[in-house]
Amino acid sequence: MRYFPVIVVGGGLAGLRAAIEVNMHNIQVCVLSRVHPVRSHSLAAQGGINGALGNHARGVYDSPEKHAFDTVKGSDYLGDQDAIIRMCNDAPLRIYEMEHWGCPFSRTSEGKIAQRPFGGAGFPRTAYAEDKTGHVLLHTLYEQIVKFEHSSERADIVVLDEMLVTSLVVDDGRCVGVVALNLKSGQFEAFQSDAVIFATGGSGRIYSNSTNALISTALGIYIPFREGAPLKDMEFIQFHPTTLIGTNILMTEGCRGEGGFLLNNKGERFLANYEDSKNAMEVAPRDIVARNIQREIDAGRGFENSYVHLDIRHLGEKRINERLPGIRELCIKFANIDPVVDPIPVQPGQHYTMGGIDTDINGASEIKGLYAAGECACVSVHGANRLGGNSLLETIVYGAIAGRSCAEYVSSLSKTKIGTEIIEARLRDEERRAKEIVSKDGDYIICDVRDKLAQVMAQKVGLFRSESQLKSALEDIQEAREKFAKVKFNSKSKSLSYNYEFINYLETEANICISEVVVRGAIERRESRGSHFRIDYPKRDDAQFLKHTIARYSKGEISLSYKPVKIVKWEPKERKY
Amino acid sequence: MDKVIFEVFRFIPEENKSPYFERFEVPYTKGMTVLQGLLYIQSKLDGSLGCRFACRAGICGSCAMHINGVYRLACETQISLLGEIVRVRPLGHLPIIKDLVVDMTEFWNKYKQIKPYLIHSSSLPEREFLQSVDDREKLTKIVDCILCGACYAACPVVGTHKDYIGPHAFTKANRFIRDSRDNGTLERLRIVGGEDGIFRCHTVFSCQEVCPKDIDPSGSISELKMLTTRLAFTSFDKSKIKV
Repeated sequence: MRYFPVIVVGGGLAGLRAAIEVNMHNIQVCVLSRVHPVRSHSLAAQGGINGALGNHARGVYDSPEKHAFDTVKGSDYLGDQDAIIRMCNDAPLRIYEMEHWGCPFSRTSEGKIAQRPFGGAGFPRTAYAEDKTGHVLLHTLYEQIVKFEHSSERADIVVLDEMLVTSLVVDDGRCVGVVALNLKSGQFEAFQSDAVIFATGGSGRIYSNSTNALISTALGIYIPFREGAPLKDMEFIQFHPTTLIGTNILMTEGCRGEGGFLLNNKGERFLANYEDSKNAMEVAPRDIVARNIQREIDAGRGFENSYVHLDIRHLGEKRINERLPGIRELCIKFANIDPVVDPIPVQPGQHYTMGGIDTDINGASEIKGLYAAGECACVSVHGANRLGGNSLLETIVYGAIAGRSCAEYVSSLSKTKIGTEIIEARLRDEERRAKEIVSKDGDYIICDVRDKLAQVMAQKVGLFRSESQLKSALEDIQEAREKFAKVKFNSKSKSLSYNYEFINYLETEANICISEVVVRGAIERRESRGSHFRIDYPKRDDAQFLKHTIARYSKGEISLSYKPVKIVKWEPKERKY
Repeated sequence: MDKVIFEVFRFIPEENKSPYFERFEVPYTKGMTVLQGLLYIQSKLDGSLGCRFACRAGICGSCAMHINGVYRLACETQISLLGEIVRVRPLGHLPIIKDLVVDMTEFWNKYKQIKPYLIHSSSLPEREFLQSVDDREKLTKIVDCILCGACYAACPVVGTHKDYIGPHAFTKANRFIRDSRDNGTLERLRIVGGEDGIFRCHTVFSCQEVCPKDIDPSGSISELKMLTTRLAFTSFDKSKIKV
């Protein structure tokens, strides 16, 4: 059994940033990732990363405080204000740090980091690298990992890729290690560790219409949830207004930030016809724009009853090539249209999981030694609706914070390397469970159960929710659970090496459980706030629901409770743009 | 077209004596990509089919493979452009772990050889390093590399000289050499100009042809050859090397 003082699960931006931070404290750290780090979904982020740098001509009066206020308001006052203020204060520092490490940001004419307008932001504060910001940030962090992998100045950073963590081991309330499936060998391996940082990304694939990578399933948060770590605010799911028809591939908010229009089938900029978007128009926050697009489609003013047009033609070929080259490439390859000459067919699609593993402002969960950062965590800085450009920011700010507090925790421990027997026992449990799974011979195909459930989530737990639809979704989840108990394993080879049917099994189990958490939270939240819109309760209700939903798992049962929102500076007001 | 035939390379070194192609019939839907076809096989016909994937949008670089004669990304290759038979094989030059999954260890190790990170000499500014729009323009395209391995698999020199560093790593080296903030040009030129370096390139443009991001590794190799040559002739005064 291998031992590392700290294990990071997940090799995306939050995970790599956390690992670098732990390593800066001269503590050996191991990153376990189901894919090679540069394959992580962080790289699909396009538009940019927010920080009050004041580099844009119209941004000179911007400040971290204004950034924080925009974020609080964007969150529909559900975000914890202390966490948001901390993130916005750290933003310039972390963005400059990425630049110093080599991140190739686009530039202003003065040679500074270029910034563009984004939804819900009072100033143009979204720093970008064309429309490939996530890609360049992820490669930059991986380059820093390579630089310090075997540096003489610090302890080692070990990256073990294609290691799928399947289980977290907790001994007497303290996190002591993980069990992972080595995809190359097909064997389970046990890892002992004094602390674990989860950075496994979002759970987007519980929805069929997601922009997320195929690997962004609920497995990452299900593992700690099953061991007793509570989840927070899971009913808040962001639907991105503009995803490419058919594949739901993301069409960045930058398209609108750069001046693109949303048009209905009459060629009107229909956002002008809605009270909540008539002022900010295309750069209103995502929840508002997504709902108004759906309303337009439902009223018969869309195209083929399923999409509207995102028109960037008037920006001209030169500007599109300069600012949005990736969007042009995606449209040509996946929709066979060129946005220089055609409008882009777009519809809202699942995009981001605002909720996640409940952590404090230092990234620590309720379980001793278990930390979380990035999309899988909920600090919470996004509350009921995340602003574009704040997710990349959260990964590097809270990745660093979780790394630091984890390093301090590990340094303070008097007893390390504990729980050997319980970890070994868990390893044997996992091996036994795998044998049972591969010999399953029921009636249903695993992927069918998974896909059917994902469609239910998209249809009944989407932009517009109601008690009857949500309760019906709950019944569908129960049906999925029953079918899941009777699946068959149809792989010809039973080896677990790159056996995706086996991985699908684990993911489907997780998706069923986490879907239920989302739906249960949504049923109980009888109000409309941010991304969570109830047609039967269309108003925000601060008296009853200005609070975080907390879900716990114990002996197969999910229970809900609530905890207060941290309001330290701005009293909730009506959210108007 | 309502169905398409997939001929998929299968090989599990521990279980099979030799590789073989297995035929699968996959129902075709409009807009279907090669990756979607492979995922159909994985979910409905044989869950043990090994292949890598993640983003399904041409940006993560997981699913480069040999598709109807060309190295390309499965996720962004439309079946309608290929016809009724899709024949897929894994990336060349790399040991096979299972079916379409290859062991990329040597690919990553070679990438690491060229010091793939910014090396700056000056002390750090309080804010960002300033970089002109023109200097940033030199990085456009070249920073798009997704390290998918298509160029590496297509390169004939990689196939004949085991230690050849490879087009992906040379492109990365050039990305940093072109960067106005970087100060590691000499160290990197010494590495890429060495025994296993750029001078082994036959300039047949295979890497350039297959690159899914149109990055032109061949162009980078030519640039590096020029710089290395200039370095050789001005070695008595390194300050004369202009990048």
